[in-house]
Amino acid sequence: MSTLLRFRDVWVEYGDRIIIEKLNLDIEQGSFASIVGPSGAGKSSFLRLILGQEAPRRGTIALDGEPLTPECGPDRGVVFQRYSVFPHLTALRNTILGMECEKAPLLGRLFGGARRAAEEEAVAMLEAVGLGHSLHLYPAQMSGGMQQRLAIAQALVKRPRILLLDEPFGALDPGIRADMHVLIRRLWREYSLTIVMVTHDIREAFTLGTRVLALDKRRHDPHAPHRFGATVVYDLPLRARQEEDLDQSENITIDENGNN
Amino acid sequence: MRWVNRHVGRGDRLLLGAAPILLILLVYILMAASRHAANPADKILPLPGAMAQSMSALLFVPDQLTGQLLFWADTMASLQRLGIGLGVSTLMALIVGLALGALPPVRATLGPLVTGIAVIPPIALLPILFIALGLGETAKVALIIIGIAPVMIRDIAAHVAALPREQIIKAQTLGASSWQVIIRVALPQAMPRLLHAMRLALGPAWVFLISAEAIASDVGLGYRIFLVRRYLSMDVILPYVAWIAVLAIIMDVTLVFLSRRLFPWAHGESH
Repeated sequence: MSTLLRFRDVWVEYGDRIIIEKLNLDIEQGSFASIVGPSGAGKSSFLRLILGQEAPRRGTIALDGEPLTPECGPDRGVVFQRYSVFPHLTALRNTILGMECEKAPLLGRLFGGARRAAEEEAVAMLEAVGLGHSLHLYPAQMSGGMQQRLAIAQALVKRPRILLLDEPFGALDPGIRADMHVLIRRLWREYSLTIVMVTHDIREAFTLGTRVLALDKRRHDPHAPHRFGATVVYDLPLRARQEEDLDQSENITIDENGNN
Repeated sequence: MRWVNRHVGRGDRLLLGAAPILLILLVYILMAASRHAANPADKILPLPGAMAQSMSALLFVPDQLTGQLLFWADTMASLQRLGIGLGVSTLMALIVGLALGALPPVRATLGPLVTGIAVIPPIALLPILFIALGLGETAKVALIIIGIAPVMIRDIAAHVAALPREQIIKAQTLGASSWQVIIRVALPQAMPRLLHAMRLALGPAWVFLISAEAIASDVGLGYRIFLVRRYLSMDVILPYVAWIAVLAIIMDVTLVFLSRRLFPWAHGESH
């Protein structure tokens, strides 16, 4: 597998506070990387770096070999824990927004045939995440799980190079969360996604990921705790898990076909 | 049962709401009647009959000087000033507020200016407006705009700036430019707030309208009230004040209705 995202000697500092120090990391295409770590270990900063919300103080980040622009773009999809969907748009309009922005720079809206084509694609995506019957609901009428499904569909319809998940299931009930785990793993396989997921749920990290990265401070100075930043302290590839998944995937597919 | 848990039904609410109003009317009529018993020519608390009589002259009899039905001429003149003032302010609030709220460089440039204008008491600017713009319609409309636009602009800007950062980021990951973020994310979510800001601005707008009309005008609801004050004509002033209240309530109810109708998602209803 080729490297999709490459961190080389990346430092993030705010004033004299060091958040991330000397981060070297390669994330391969098609992997599902779970990021875990204690609070304040730079998980969010790490995600903001990939999103382009902030630039590293030192070092380089490359996506597909190209240096990453420090601004969010359509090559990176994101699902946050909350506020990922637009409350003033129905599920369908939420999903076609990405296509409208790309094709209608001035009005931000599509009409006629172009709109029908976009809607068809959006409906297919919404059906893939299990929202085929809720096309015309507003987010306020949806449960938390449905809103996260919508947020995922909204991001995937843009076919991002990399999908970032920021504690996407943290606010959901355990039962719903298990459903979402099944969904995200199925989408990851079917669309050959590359996913980076930040979570504080260790079990979730191991259940879903093909690789678990733990961010933490390597050194700690009790008199100046802010002078050392976090970096990857554990990097656990879970290859066995991945193969097991492949077996399961066949079973699931057969099951689904059987049900249909 | 605790009072905080007592919910009032629709019929009861109507009854309870009407009670204090009816009570005040009753007290007024009793006081007016007692004053008239002592002095039949009393002008301070006129009886409903006297009010109806003087109002019918304004409502149905053309004025000898201008040939107009004064009540309707006053109403139209005031509503026109209020409408233009409120309309221009709303448009300014939308355009400037969106730019201030969504674009940090614009906020840095214009934010202090808007804040500065907003803290000046508008009535203090009235002489400047009269000197600069003359005593015509422009000065009156300008007073309303200066009075309410800065507050509305700041309200919309604050609302847009308070949209969750996640939404703005998400829109950008969907490929939205600054312009698209403004028209597809910020503008629709600012609209219900804009109607709300209009409702809140209506009160001050009436204050500035009546002030401007009281000082320099020849027609308008505020002008008439201040004109007949010279003759202690409470029989005209009271109906005029009640009419202003009715107009204000109609506008408020219309704005609430529009907001619920146009932006159901903002009111958390099942659509």
